[in-house]
Amino acid sequence: MKRLNRALFGATALCTLAATAAFAQDTTLTIATVNNGDMVRMQKLSSDFEEKNPGIKLEWVVLEENVLRQRVTTDVATKGGQYDVMTIGTYEVPIWGKQGWLVSLNDLPDSYDVDDLLPAIRGGLTVDGELYAAPFYGESSMVMYRTDLMEKAGMEMPAEPTWDDIKKAAEAMTDKENEVYGICLRGKAGWGENMAFLTAMSNSFGARWFDENWNPQFDSPEWKETIDFYLDLMNNYGPPGASSNGFNENLALFQQGKCGMWIDATVAASFVTNPNDSEVADSVGFALAPDKGLGKRSNWLWAWSLAIPAGTDAEDAAKKFIDWATSKQYLEMVAEKEGWANVPPGTRKSLYENPEYQKVPFAEMTLESINAADPTNPTVDPVPYTGVQFVAIPEFQGIATATGQQFSAALAGTTSADDALAASQALTEREMKRAGYIK
Amino acid sequence: MARAVSTQRKALVTVVAWVIGIVIFFPILWTILTSFKTEAEAIASPPSFLFFDWTTENYGEVQARSDYFRHFWNSVIISVGSTVLGLIIAVPAAWAMAFVPGKRTKDVLMWMLSTKMLPPVGVLIPIYLLFRDTGLLDTRIGLVGVLTLINLPIIVWMLYTYFKEIPGEILEACRMDGAMLKEEILYILTPMAVPGIASTLLLNVILAWNEAFWTLNLTAAKAAPLTAFIASYSSPEGLFYAKLSAASTMAIAPILILGWFSQKQLVRGLTFGAVK
Repeated sequence: MKRLNRALFGATALCTLAATAAFAQDTTLTIATVNNGDMVRMQKLSSDFEEKNPGIKLEWVVLEENVLRQRVTTDVATKGGQYDVMTIGTYEVPIWGKQGWLVSLNDLPDSYDVDDLLPAIRGGLTVDGELYAAPFYGESSMVMYRTDLMEKAGMEMPAEPTWDDIKKAAEAMTDKENEVYGICLRGKAGWGENMAFLTAMSNSFGARWFDENWNPQFDSPEWKETIDFYLDLMNNYGPPGASSNGFNENLALFQQGKCGMWIDATVAASFVTNPNDSEVADSVGFALAPDKGLGKRSNWLWAWSLAIPAGTDAEDAAKKFIDWATSKQYLEMVAEKEGWANVPPGTRKSLYENPEYQKVPFAEMTLESINAADPTNPTVDPVPYTGVQFVAIPEFQGIATATGQQFSAALAGTTSADDALAASQALTEREMKRAGYIK
Repeated sequence: MARAVSTQRKALVTVVAWVIGIVIFFPILWTILTSFKTEAEAIASPPSFLFFDWTTENYGEVQARSDYFRHFWNSVIISVGSTVLGLIIAVPAAWAMAFVPGKRTKDVLMWMLSTKMLPPVGVLIPIYLLFRDTGLLDTRIGLVGVLTLINLPIIVWMLYTYFKEIPGEILEACRMDGAMLKEEILYILTPMAVPGIASTLLLNVILAWNEAFWTLNLTAAKAAPLTAFIASYSSPEGLFYAKLSAASTMAIAPILILGWFSQKQLVRGLTFGAVK
């Protein structure tokens, strides 16, 4: 009997110990993210989160954007459960949210102040009233131009330029003998490269990818006008070899003073105004992306956002982390440690109301650019899709990469604008038929 | 007997060999040089070749941001593990095909090679699901298994061609002397094929070290090797070429050093049997 008692006591003690150990065991959050300045900064500052939440440990998987996209798509589609928090963009959120692959974030605490999020960004991350991702930083596109070159040409850039203003400025600033080109734009093929720019540009020309019945529209006069204008601009005032220039190549050209203007992501503003990297840091001006007087500007909208894949076993901890990383307090912490210019932009109204942040040279223009984009109503004529510089359907990546190759070839001069448009129309039609959107 | 070669011809061949060597090595040299530049110098045009302010800050930053040694050990375990496992399976297989060929041996060899012709992404989802259900995602064991299977056709083919060069009579003689199969393979065949096995081993370690599809897609944080380490420094929005170069240099350095010290074996193995 004594022996039994002792055994029972021992067993009870063991169970209690095991239970306590299980209770005290750390939750490990695996966070997949992209390699860019703001995300790397978050990784550096994350010790603050671990201090505030002693039971939660963070593990980071940082990958290049395209590798990350492939990696997390495989995982979320198969419910692989490798990640607890994923960094995804405004292209993925509507598609994945509809598939039921993401956890709704509608129940974040009141202190999160969801109404403080910029409406354009919030709209792009919401599906049927459910917020499926919290924006970490938002970006649009705008005109960055050299104030010194404009002055030399005796011109002034309007705050809200039209495409004709851009053409005139490009012409005046081009000085090919001294390797100064009036305008640098994306030419490298890819759905996130030249097609992001061209799709946003086509919106301002009144073009659209599909009509309300999903019929491709590359045979419309609006697309023809867009491509003709783009090719004319680039062939006359653009740098040589522009068909292989993406964001990074144009950034390097602009920083070395070889571009009069550059229309690209607002995030570039912090790079080109940084005197450590940029030779033209003190002579950069900003303007809204151009329009054609049709009511839509040519700027895009993107937000790198944090989402939780359905089926994670650490949902509560993941929500805590997202609450921390996308909160107002996080923005203040970055400002305190790294300065206001390094705060992740484009997510919260309160940031733009802050007088300290208003002193940052590109703050106002970034906000205005973001507000000028509407992902739920991106074009002049109505369309059946959401997305400004993309169409939020799974087939878009493949189709736009193929059409991007056509327009890149047209820029390189190996095909004509008409042939590129005809080929794009044919291949888009084929893919849309195959996917069952049209018969 | 070697033919007499004129000095002139020798000089010409030497120059040509050096030019080709430098052209092939130049991208690696450029990566190494860029890793010692600042980000602004890395994109400067015209680029400076040797005369810039050398700095090691990129290396410091890369090490501070990600744990190099964890990735390094994962790479070592995955590449060496998969190669050794592959050799254990491939030596007997190649022995059988080289010395006891059946009617269908050639077909089997071709069939093995044909598995290399399928684009890996075609089987990504099935393999991912298998890994998920067996708990092998983000484990080194899982990657060793996959890389073994992927490189097995190459290992078998290489060993097969080396074994074919060995006269079957020698093996027959040892059998006459009473050697069993195990002794025949371990004490007779393997020592004779050492250069071939060594070069197969080295080549497969390099292949497995550089494998960037499965190692990226089947890992997350724990088992990620150096390929994932490099991928974390590439960025389409932002110029981080100097840091990317530093990360690349750190990732290729071990294999470069290994290749340097074993180049004699490698060359001997690759040209083994070609001159007879």
